Amino acid sequence: MNLDIAAMQAFSGLSLFAILLLMVLGLALVFGTMGIINMAHGELMTMGAYVTYLTSEVFQRYLPGLMDAYIFVAIPLAFIVTFLSGWIIERGLIRWLYNRPLDTLLATWGLSLILQQAYRSIFGPREVTVPLVSWLSGAWQPTSAIQLPMNRIFILALTTVVCIGVFILMFRTRWGLRVRAVTQNRAMSGAAGINTKRVDIMTFAFGCGLAGIAGCAFTMVGSTSPGAGQLYIVDAFIIVVFGGVQSLLGTVLSAFTLAQSQTALEYFLSGSAAKAAILVLVIVVLYFKPSGLFTVKARG
Amino acid sequence: MNQMDRRHFIKTGSSMFALAATAGTPLITKAASTEPVKLGLLHSLTGTIAIAEASLVDAEKLAIDEINASGGILGRKIQPIVADGASDNATFAQKAKMLLERDKVAAIVGCYTSSSRKAVLPTLNRNKGLLYYPTYFEGEEEDKQVIYTSQEATQSVVPSIEWMTKQKGKKVFLVGSDYIYPRVCNKIAKATVARVGGKVMGEEYIPLGNTEFSSIINKIKAAKPDYIYSTVVGGSNVAFYKQLKAAGLDGTSPALISTLVTEDEIDGIGRQNAQGFYSCMGYFQSIKSPENAKFLKAFKGRYGQNRVVGDPMECAYNSVYLWKLGVEKAKSFVPNDVIAASDNIQINAPEGIVRIHKKTHYVWKKVRIGLARPDGQFDIVWESPNLIEPNPYPKI
Repeated sequence: MNLDIAAMQAFSGLSLFAILLLMVLGLALVFGTMGIINMAHGELMTMGAYVTYLTSEVFQRYLPGLMDAYIFVAIPLAFIVTFLSGWIIERGLIRWLYNRPLDTLLATWGLSLILQQAYRSIFGPREVTVPLVSWLSGAWQPTSAIQLPMNRIFILALTTVVCIGVFILMFRTRWGLRVRAVTQNRAMSGAAGINTKRVDIMTFAFGCGLAGIAGCAFTMVGSTSPGAGQLYIVDAFIIVVFGGVQSLLGTVLSAFTLAQSQTALEYFLSGSAAKAAILVLVIVVLYFKPSGLFTVKARG
Repeated sequence: MNQMDRRHFIKTGSSMFALAATAGTPLITKAASTEPVKLGLLHSLTGTIAIAEASLVDAEKLAIDEINASGGILGRKIQPIVADGASDNATFAQKAKMLLERDKVAAIVGCYTSSSRKAVLPTLNRNKGLLYYPTYFEGEEEDKQVIYTSQEATQSVVPSIEWMTKQKGKKVFLVGSDYIYPRVCNKIAKATVARVGGKVMGEEYIPLGNTEFSSIINKIKAAKPDYIYSTVVGGSNVAFYKQLKAAGLDGTSPALISTLVTEDEIDGIGRQNAQGFYSCMGYFQSIKSPENAKFLKAFKGRYGQNRVVGDPMECAYNSVYLWKLGVEKAKSFVPNDVIAASDNIQINAPEGIVRIHKKTHYVWKKVRIGLARPDGQFDIVWESPNLIEPNPYPKI
């Protein structure tokens, strides 16, 4: 492996990290802080992807001159649509099932199947393609032998912005403070005057909104089909569990570790063997550290 | 049902049976000459495989209607019985059983994936039924109740490798999804590469459904092959083509050829992503022949001008005509008579002559190599000079 390839491999790992992180941030919020196993998270990502597709279609038909900028409309739109869906799901389904993790798992699994079939009926079973605008297609060439795909650079930037946004929200605002308080001790925060119900709705809807943005990103590199969310949901849960369920920083580092090892292993092994190796690694780590790499220290 | 009822039921039932037995024979022959004959169409109309498979039914129905309009088969109209395999092998087996035992279909055109076909075989053999299987696949099967109407692996892989080696160079990189078709194709590809003096620079498999190709693309860049032979399927293909383009590999160097990307798949992959990559197929929509023009006019007239036709759809359409010819030659709808009469029969299909191979009941056919255009169609850059003999059990 020469230096150019090594550089591109490292970038591949970084790019996979960015995509995975976008996917798991929302899941980490919902699963980590609220303890809800949301099996429909993948379908919410797919929803974001379909919103992106629809936006591009609308721009192509009515505003072809502004086509280059459609992605900047698609991202907030994907967030808003999935945020509202999350709100509805929380009010209509999840709130009846708090503190019943297994029931939530089954209910959201059912919801994911319903959503998949709905996409199949609305958009058809075939994959849809989001056209890549000119400035996002092609590659940036720092040297003649190194090509870094523009869309991946864009996703990297998007992830950075979203991450900074989430961290500011969580650690610099009153809302974040409330979320963290509710995570640590629901009963106590309720007694201290925090409206835990409101926090739950907002957190869940916000987590779903992040899934929408992730969908927006993965449709740029992957494929958008009714079942696309299923491909990512297992990886996403592995990352959250591996990183330590209640730690956002743990999630970030876990996504980084798994993405880099995945791409590195893929280079030296075959794709399937790399996947198996990653799963063995996760199993071994979880055996010795059952609550994940990073755990929130709490006095018992 | 109580005791009385059951006894009563059995009594009436058996007397009816006796009546049928005595008077049955002339009745049945009389009915047979006028009543429509049933043809089962067994495909996934729902579920994940419906993406590729549902459109086959459209092509089959078109063929049935054309035949009915011109008088049917042996004076009888064809009545299609559509069954949904629902992308589930157990459902395929159950639906095949219903078609054969309840509906008493004369033949079935059906299945897409090899696993669904394998699931149907036991019922098919027990009932001495007849299945026309219209999808390109890996071969390595010869069931006497099945007629395989598309190309098996050697028919497309061997010409692909030979042509690419001649046109692009000796060094090849093999990429495939991790299941039986790519594995068999690559086995054949490697033997062919060795025979023509080429060199395999790498062989990679990705799990089904995988959408991350950056590592494989880097491996391809490091290996510097002259061309890539791809057997990536489904949603993975979308990601693969997209990421190749984004990484600056646009099909000029290295070139890329696939033996499973049809016009239908390109609709999902995106035209701009697929442009510049090669495919090897028996049928392309862009074939210029009076038969194909007639077929396309009929198909688009019925289903809409925007519909595209891919290789499996044309093979599904051909299957109905091959069945008609077999029945007419046998002068019988009994499956085993049709099977026996099918040796060497041929039709002039949209893709040209298709002839059933006597020994294997696969088909002799031409294959073509096409280069994907910006409009999602293929420019045919090569066509096999003769019909290619099927070879489902290649010696390698």
